[in-house]
Amino acid sequence: MMRVTRRYRFAASHRLHSSQLSEDENRELYGKCSNPHGHGHDYVLEVTAAGPVDATSGQSVQIPALDRLVSEQVLQDFDHRYLNVDLAEFQALVPTSENIIRVIEDRLQSRWQETFPGEWPKLETIRLRETKRNLFELRP
Amino acid sequence: MGMLLTRRAEFSASHVCCQPSLTAEQNRQLYGAAANPSGHGHNYVLEVTLEGEPDPVTGMVYDLKKLKDVIQQTVIEPMDHRFLNYEVPPFDKIVPTTENVAAEIWSRLAPHFENGRARLHNVRLYETEDLYVDYAGDRS
Repeated sequence: MMRVTRRYRFAASHRLHSSQLSEDENRELYGKCSNPHGHGHDYVLEVTAAGPVDATSGQSVQIPALDRLVSEQVLQDFDHRYLNVDLAEFQALVPTSENIIRVIEDRLQSRWQETFPGEWPKLETIRLRETKRNLFELRP
Repeated sequence: MGMLLTRRAEFSASHVCCQPSLTAEQNRQLYGAAANPSGHGHNYVLEVTLEGEPDPVTGMVYDLKKLKDVIQQTVIEPMDHRFLNYEVPPFDKIVPTTENVAAEIWSRLAPHFENGRARLHNVRLYETEDLYVDYAGDRS
């Protein structure tokens, strides 16, 4: 089994604020991240796909195909956007990194089979770095 | 599992990803710009991870100097500043994708760690900062 990891970047702003909580509760929970006009990050996204190496191509993942999938499903919609305002998913969902990574998973899975028609490779891990100090990881 | 110990090394090499049994168009689709016929180069970064229990006397999982020498002799000297396809077998016969180079490095290193306290746990090969492969041998 070979694990191939590709790193991508997008810049986006967000605001952490739940309509189900009071102003004080939001402030207590999210701190500065709840400031009314939002703020931004240079997110780093790592996608790991795993599979056996194909004897002909010498690859377990076709990188151009993965790049196209991530670009079309994630980067084009996320890069240089205000997530709370510009993305349908975050109209009612707080764009914490945990929720962002789940949305990214859904978006990648929805076209994974079409992009990689065989049994392999499988989407193994999604990592999202919000800042140098915060790293989130999801294994579908 | 015991303790993990990782040593990093670097080498610069050129390669071209082209499978002669496929058409130019198919190669382009599989490998993207990596199929350009004259080749191109990378600063590869290799991370070799050993696993084992520290020796009660020396306090070491493995002698780092020895590990450095093994990596140097089996990987860096043969591959550094070489055109992999032309100068480093088996890449005269198989495509030097990141996956195949990682697997080749594993098979060169593995025999050195078969009988000691430490065993080869993982090989991570960065082709660029944004693309890397993890390989842990056939068992993974």
